[in-house]
Amino acid sequence: MNATQVDRLATAARDGGVDCDGLRIRAGDDGFSVEIPAAGVDESGLSAADLDRLAQEHPSYVTNWAFWSRDRADADRAFLRWVEGAAETSVPERYELLREGYARSWGQVRVEVTLGEGGERVYELRHEDDAGIPTEELDRHDDPLDARSLVKTDDDGRYRPLKTAPSLPHGWVFSELSGRACAETIEYVYPATIANWYLERQGKLDVNDWRETVDRQSGIYGVVKTWDRGGGYEHVNWVAEACCDDSQCLKRREWGYDDETDLDVDGGDGVFPCREPCSLVIAGARTWTRLEGEEERTYEFTLTPSEKEQVEAIIDAVADGRVGEIREADLKDDANRYRARFLRAKRFDGDGNLSGTPTDRDE
Amino acid sequence: MPFRQRREKDVVSPSEAPKRRSLLIAGMQALVIVAHGSHLNPDSSTPTYSHADTVRATGAFDEVRTAFWKEEPHFREVLRTLESDEVFVVPLFISEGYFTEQVIPRELRLESFDVDDWDSDGTSASHATLSASDVEGKRVHYCGPVGTHDAMTEVIVRRAESVTGDPAVGEGFGLAVVGHGTERNENSAKAIRYHTERIRERDRFDEVEDLYLDEDPEVDDVTDFFDSDDVVVVPLFIADGYHTQEDIPEDMGLTDDYRTGWETPATVDGTRIWYAGAVGTEPLMADVVLERARDAGASVGDAVDRVREETRTAGAD
Repeated sequence: MNATQVDRLATAARDGGVDCDGLRIRAGDDGFSVEIPAAGVDESGLSAADLDRLAQEHPSYVTNWAFWSRDRADADRAFLRWVEGAAETSVPERYELLREGYARSWGQVRVEVTLGEGGERVYELRHEDDAGIPTEELDRHDDPLDARSLVKTDDDGRYRPLKTAPSLPHGWVFSELSGRACAETIEYVYPATIANWYLERQGKLDVNDWRETVDRQSGIYGVVKTWDRGGGYEHVNWVAEACCDDSQCLKRREWGYDDETDLDVDGGDGVFPCREPCSLVIAGARTWTRLEGEEERTYEFTLTPSEKEQVEAIIDAVADGRVGEIREADLKDDANRYRARFLRAKRFDGDGNLSGTPTDRDE
Repeated sequence: MPFRQRREKDVVSPSEAPKRRSLLIAGMQALVIVAHGSHLNPDSSTPTYSHADTVRATGAFDEVRTAFWKEEPHFREVLRTLESDEVFVVPLFISEGYFTEQVIPRELRLESFDVDDWDSDGTSASHATLSASDVEGKRVHYCGPVGTHDAMTEVIVRRAESVTGDPAVGEGFGLAVVGHGTERNENSAKAIRYHTERIRERDRFDEVEDLYLDEDPEVDDVTDFFDSDDVVVVPLFIADGYHTQEDIPEDMGLTDDYRTGWETPATVDGTRIWYAGAVGTEPLMADVVLERARDAGASVGDAVDRVREETRTAGAD
């Protein structure tokens, strides 16, 4: 704590009062009144010197106020306070935690806040899986803008078209960040998540359900409107299971079929909400609208029981993104490449038809 | 004169604004560059980010953001991430049409936008000032696309300087301005013709022609349209992708297989072709973004002059 902070405190008390995390100060005709209930302080009629004395006795409350009285966007403030659990702990308890460093996860990002000089907070961001890695072993950054290129690809260098996919790359750290820089970095890693999370906390999140969203589409996406037929929404369950599951996207899906109909599949446990079907879901819906327009028909395939299970295992492996993990020589794995090649050699005819059964399209 | 197109019904009155007043710091202005983006091509957003960075470095705006149709933040959710109450939205698109007239205003929730607000002949949209139902108390200055701004002419010429490495390139050279064509939108070719004519009037290049991907005169036959031994080919595209890096180089005969690359210049039928790639990657594009916002009333100080100077690469060490 420094003299400037105490001076600012007195000024703020005269200019509308101070009310921050259990510290309340007002200025009236009879001097200052100060309440810090958690510390048993309740005094009034105080002089500036008295205020200074109380400030010296309870410095954490003063430096905490000094930090939070700084000008920042409401959503960023709420986010930074959430990071340090401001709603759950008293200032002295929190300062104990912050001296050691206190961390929470925002998606796959571990946000750690540490107490700096005079109540300053210093933020550090890294992949939550990298929590135990010494900072010097990570690729260090201090410019929030660096995050844009870092998160563009996953650990294998593949493009990430969805920022909130759980494929955040590892091995980087943003250190020594201010609160503003911390929120800005998060904005590049998970765009608009702080804004939407904050709206949700205020009960003001504008959720747009499936029907509203597909009705809005035009151009090449206008066709998705035609996918909804009758009152059924099973197809939307399938879309959400395919695209919005926590294994695919860390946002918590809050939209349903329409404002009266929730979907039957889990929306996920993410900390930040998803307020409407995203552009990837709409692009997928465009493809499915076309594919799902086909009539079903019955085919006959000849497979052994193990071959049937193998086909299912291959679909599972692709759907779960497990293909790259299957070891080359692990022939016991039903989705192994050699096993798939054997099945193809045995069961496909020269035109690529499974068990020689022609597709026989109508066109 | 700033805000000259603002209509009475579009002015956000103070009585509508106060609810989230604490969020809004009076006098702050934001620039939002809106672009297409891609689910498939990681480089699609690169020019958008880089022009945003150039503008950000001038300090002319309190906030500089990017938003995309196919990436995040989406058009739908960018306004809510801003603190500023004056927001200048500049579309990083080549022509007026479906995206600038329908998709972007709809997704930003500029409900009162009417394309007549732009009073455009297809290439002359400047800006319209509106409110957005997504946010309270913000004024959104929705600008015409970068591709139709007069300053874009200079970017095409600068692109020719960059690819030849010659800040005085012109004499003995032909210049081909390549557009997508009119497949869905007649304004697309209008923008190409507009800049082609403006460059021709400068009398700097021996020949200047507009060519197209999917209509005559076709870029495939580029050498048929020029007598010059050297021809600079500048595609009026925002980002490098399939058309500029695969389609056009192969169609012009710069290479048989885009994956093996091509020489610059490459000789085709005895003509040296200096293929520039997407004009949108030229650093001077940041100037057009700034000028769009300035035309709409943004206070940008000397940023325009600084960006023009700092983005010059040809002839620089």
